[in-house]
Amino acid sequence: MSVAETHRAIEAVWRIEAPKLIAGLARMLRDVGLAEELAQDALVTALERWPQSGIPDRPAAWLMTAAKNRALDRIRHRKLADEKHVEIGRDLDEEQEAAVAAIDEGLDDDVGDDLLRLIFTACHPVLSTDARVALTLRMVGGLATDEIARAFLVPEPTVAQRIVRAKRTLAEAGVPFELPRGPERVARLTSVLEVIYLIFNEGYAATSGSDWMRPELAHEALRVGRVLARLAPQEPEVHGLVALMEIQASRTAARIDAAGEPILLLDQNRARWDQLLIRRGLMSLALAEQLGGGFGPYALQAAIAACHARARLPGDTDWRRIAGLYDALAEVTPSPIVELNRAVAHAMAFGPQAGLAIVEPLREEPLLKSYHLLPAVRGDFLEKLGRGQEAAAEFERAAALTRNERERAIMLRRARTTTGG
Amino acid sequence: MRFMMLMLPGGYENAPPGEVPDAASVARMMEYNEALQRAGVLLAADGLHPPSVGARVSFRGGKPKVTDGPFAEVKEVLGGYWMIDVKSREEAIEWAKRCPGSENEVIEIRQVQEMSDFPEDVRAAAAGFEAMQNRGR
Repeated sequence: MSVAETHRAIEAVWRIEAPKLIAGLARMLRDVGLAEELAQDALVTALERWPQSGIPDRPAAWLMTAAKNRALDRIRHRKLADEKHVEIGRDLDEEQEAAVAAIDEGLDDDVGDDLLRLIFTACHPVLSTDARVALTLRMVGGLATDEIARAFLVPEPTVAQRIVRAKRTLAEAGVPFELPRGPERVARLTSVLEVIYLIFNEGYAATSGSDWMRPELAHEALRVGRVLARLAPQEPEVHGLVALMEIQASRTAARIDAAGEPILLLDQNRARWDQLLIRRGLMSLALAEQLGGGFGPYALQAAIAACHARARLPGDTDWRRIAGLYDALAEVTPSPIVELNRAVAHAMAFGPQAGLAIVEPLREEPLLKSYHLLPAVRGDFLEKLGRGQEAAAEFERAAALTRNERERAIMLRRARTTTGG
Repeated sequence: MRFMMLMLPGGYENAPPGEVPDAASVARMMEYNEALQRAGVLLAADGLHPPSVGARVSFRGGKPKVTDGPFAEVKEVLGGYWMIDVKSREEAIEWAKRCPGSENEVIEIRQVQEMSDFPEDVRAAAAGFEAMQNRGR
């Protein structure tokens, strides 16, 4: 095996082992930042040694032992005399063998709980959103700093700094390496789901031409979501989010044209939707609903996505059901964007007048003041109601607001044909 | 990227109809499947009945010809598969290495082709095929 090949193999081992390694170390050291650092040190050691020695039979155990030896070295080297640290040193010796065995099996329940603790810590509300995203990708996803930087189109030192600062913030805030309980758990879980969905959207929104690392983010979020669903199987919204991501990801191959322009959902070639992901999404959605979480915001969005996924042809879409789901979503998470989507669903289900009734109050909404889709949607309703002149004015407004050239052209064309007709 | 891990159990080409793995090896495999699932990489997995109850359809001379199993001339047959979603070929290999396979078993790793792997003309042909499928619905 060449050095480059060995390095790639080590990266693969790392990707599989890093989260468990960091989580296990964090439990012992009660310090996520230090755990991550020591795990990285172990990786560096492996990168130095394995090209010569070959990859060990039990790489996970090797990495764990290396990381723990580093931990011991560091503690002794600093000659920290205070009892707490001495005690940790002793714990390390004693726990080492047991933990190595547990980590090596990789199936131990405690490791699962540690991993869950790690995810909760990485997404802790004391951290900025950017920091949560970076830490999650780094510690749970096992991504390298440069990969995160490329994915978010920022310089590598920016990400490195973000991670250092995040670790410091966690230490300063004295965030315990624990599973939150009771009402706190709900709030913390919300933060975790937000971070995962944000990562997903960052990747999903990235279409073509750019670095392959950006779309990779959607994969990564989906993977972390699936991991979380195994770690917290009783949480309906986790399954709801996974369902939403699986179904959205199922459209990846169909959602952009050869020129890299997005294709609207109803115009997509449904033969290119990934049925495997759809099936997985529908299964996760069913789980969320069985757990009584059918009205969670993610489960509702997943249910809407599922209506589209189940329709073999656009004409088969159950718009009445979608309209009802948007009604529910508007109650759970009211927002102008949800309202605009609700208007479209109602128009499809009950006719343009029904859509227009929902859209009218949105014209006073400051958040949508410069949002081109509001006049585009309203123009569409007006056109269908035969109010051509008003429709044309709306299409012109939409053309002036959009930043997308192609969309502008479409809007201007609709403005012309509407007035003419 | 997606990879298929194809399980090729030696001797399965001669397995009688209805042969299933014993409870102990199923338990070991379930543990492995669980590990794949916990890591968020498992998309699908299935075991296959032995070829003795399968059939082969060949096309020599442009005409489909059906042969019932077992297939005397075939040396290696599929016993099952895993479909995994991982970041690299190396990661797929690393997962395969962790399978509790027995002496007679081999796992072959094959990457799943995606539209972006094909040249323009193949993609165009595939697009036409898809459009046709859509019309058929």
